[in-house]
Amino acid sequence: MRSKIMTGAAFIAVAALALTGCSAEADSTATGGLSIDVPDIPMLEELGEMESEVNIVAWSGFVEPAWSDEFTEETGCTVNRRVAGTSDEMVQLMRTGDYDIVSASGDASLRLIAGGDVQPINLDLVPNFGDDIVEGMKGQIYDTINGQSYGVPIGRGANILQYNSDVVTEEPTSWDVAWELDSPYAGEIIAYDAPIYIADAAVYLMAHEPDLGITNPYALDQEQLDAAIDLLKQQNTIVSEYWADPAAQITSFAGGTTSLGTSWEILRKLTDDDKFKSVLPEEGSTGWSDAWMIAAESESPNCAYAWVDYTSSAEVNGAIATNFGMAPANAAFCDTSDEAAAHCEYFNATDEEYFSNVWFWTTPIEQCIDGRTDVTCTNFQQWTDAWLSVKS
Amino acid sequence: MNRRAQLSALLALPMLWLIGIYIFSLVMLLVTAFWVTDPFTSKVKPGFTLRNFEQIIANPAYATTSLRTLGIALAVTVLSILISVPLGIFMAKVASPKLRAILAVAITLPLWAGYLVKILAMRITFTEEGFFNSMLGPLGISGPGFSIVTVVLTLTYLWLPYMAVPVYTAIRQLPPNLFDASSDLGAGAGFTIRTVVLPLIKPAIIAGSIFTFSLSLGDYIAAKFVGGSTQMIGSIIASNINLNPPIAAAFSLVPIAFVVIYLVSVQRTGALERM
Repeated sequence: MRSKIMTGAAFIAVAALALTGCSAEADSTATGGLSIDVPDIPMLEELGEMESEVNIVAWSGFVEPAWSDEFTEETGCTVNRRVAGTSDEMVQLMRTGDYDIVSASGDASLRLIAGGDVQPINLDLVPNFGDDIVEGMKGQIYDTINGQSYGVPIGRGANILQYNSDVVTEEPTSWDVAWELDSPYAGEIIAYDAPIYIADAAVYLMAHEPDLGITNPYALDQEQLDAAIDLLKQQNTIVSEYWADPAAQITSFAGGTTSLGTSWEILRKLTDDDKFKSVLPEEGSTGWSDAWMIAAESESPNCAYAWVDYTSSAEVNGAIATNFGMAPANAAFCDTSDEAAAHCEYFNATDEEYFSNVWFWTTPIEQCIDGRTDVTCTNFQQWTDAWLSVKS
Repeated sequence: MNRRAQLSALLALPMLWLIGIYIFSLVMLLVTAFWVTDPFTSKVKPGFTLRNFEQIIANPAYATTSLRTLGIALAVTVLSILISVPLGIFMAKVASPKLRAILAVAITLPLWAGYLVKILAMRITFTEEGFFNSMLGPLGISGPGFSIVTVVLTLTYLWLPYMAVPVYTAIRQLPPNLFDASSDLGAGAGFTIRTVVLPLIKPAIIAGSIFTFSLSLGDYIAAKFVGGSTQMIGSIIASNINLNPPIAAAFSLVPIAFVVIYLVSVQRTGALERM
C-alpha cells in the first residue's frame, strides 16, 4: 500500500511538472557609457574556410527557406533552424552550446553577454553592416557593451496601443484608458503577460508621476518598482485578460472580449479587420529590438559570420522584416521598391522621432542604467518575483 | 533458472524504468530546489540554500496562488462527481443498451481530441461574442467570460472522463438484487443511492478524484487561455522555469504536498485498499 502511494505521488509530481511550460519575452535599450564586467572572450580576427553547417536559434519568421536556401547555395553552409518562443528559452538554448547564432532581443542580450555565452563581433567582417543601418539601432546598450559590439541589428518595433474602433470611437491619445480605474473600457483591457511589462507601467508613471523620478523604465529602484507594481495591481482589476501567446491576443480582440490594449503592429495586421486601429500614445511606449549574436564557442564561426553578413544586406534584412512585420535595421531596403518603401513607412523604419519615444526592452540589472550611483536598481529576478504578485 | 532469477528477469525492465528514469529524474529536479541562480546571468549553480523556500513563504503571491489552485482542483473534483454519479446510474441501470453505448462514446469522445484543441475550443466558446453568449444571450444570461469559473468549467470538461468511466464501471458491477432488496424494504430512489450505491462506489469516486484533483493542480494552460487574469501554481512554475529553475522546483513541491496529504487522508478511509 505504501509503495502504491509513493508511486502515485511520484506520478502526480511528474504530471504536475510535465504540464508546466514556458512563456515571456522581453528586450531593452538605454543610455550609453555604461561599463559592465563581462568575461574576456576573444574576437574573431579574420575569416577562414566555411564549415558545413550553422545552427541558429531564432524567432519564428526570421529564418525561412525563401532566403536561407540561397545562403546555402552561396556558402555551402547548411542552415539548421530552431524556433524559440521566448527570450528566456533562447538564453537557455544558447547555454547548451549546440547553437552558433541567436536572434536575441534586448532582454536576453545583456544576460548572454554577461554570462559569457556570446562573443564580441568584429564588424569589419560584416561588410553589409554599413552606413545604411538605421541611426537608432547603432551602438545600443543591448548589443554594445564597453564600446564593444556583440550584436548585429535585425529590426525593431514598438508595443503599441491597439483598439477596436467600433467600441473606442475616439482615438486615444494617452495610455490612461488602459491604466486608470475610471477608464470607460474597464473590463475590456488586455495586458502583456511578462515581467518586462512592468516597464510599461514605469513609462506611464514617468509621464504621470514625475515625483517618483523615473528617467528610464528599466532602471527602477525598489520604491519605483513598488509604485509600478501598485499601478499594475490597479490595472489588474480592470483587465479582461493577459496575453503572451499572439494567437490568444488576436482571438481576444476578434472575439470581443477585449476592446483595447497592448499589441504589436503585426498582430493588428493579422486580425485582418480595419476596425482594429493602433496608436503610439503621447507617453511613449516600450518596444523591442533584435540583433544576431554569435555563440562564444561557436563550432562554425565562419558560417556564422557569413550568415550575419548575408542577412544584413538590404534585400535579406528587408525580407525578414517584411515576413515578421517590423522595421528593418537596414534602411537601404526602403529604397529597393515601392512596396519596400510602403513597408518602411508603415513601420516608421527611419523615423527616429517616432522611435525616440520608444523604450526598447533591456534586462534590468542592479547597476542603474540611467546613471544613478547612489541607489541599487532592481534586477530581472526581482521583477519576475514582483510580477507574480500582480496577478495573485 | 531458479525462481528467483526468473522473477528478477521479469522485474528488471519495469524497475529500471521506475527507478532509473521515473524516480531518478524527479529526484534530480527536486534537488535543484536547493540550488541558486545568479540574479544577473540567470545561470543555475549547484549549492545548498533554503532561500528558495524562504522566498516562497515570504512572497504572499505564492500562498494565495496555492490556495486558489487548491480551490480550483477541489471544485473541479466536486463538479465531476456531481455529474458522474447520476450519469453513471442512468447509464448502468436505466438506459437502453443502445443509448448506453451512445452515452459511453459521448463521454469518452473528448479523449480523442488533443489537449490544446480542447482548450482553444473552450476559449472560443466563452469569448464575448462566442457560442455561450450567442446561445444564452436571448434569455438574458451572459457567460462568465474568461475567469476562474471558466477555468473550473474547462478543467471539468477536460478531466470528466477520468471520473465518469470508473464511476460508471463501478455502478454497472453492482448486483441488481441490491436495488431490489432496498426497494422491497421500502427505500425510495434517493435513499437507495445514498445508503447503497454511494458507499459501494466510493473507491471508484476516490480513484477518479485522484485524477481530477491532481491533473487540475498541475494545469496552467487552461488558466492561460480561458482564465483571464487567473493565476495558478503551474503559471508561476512556468514563468520561472527558464529564468529561475530552482524556485520553480521548490514551488513544484507544493502540489506534491497537496496530493500526498490528499492520498494519506483518503487512505485513512480504507478506500485505496479496494482500488
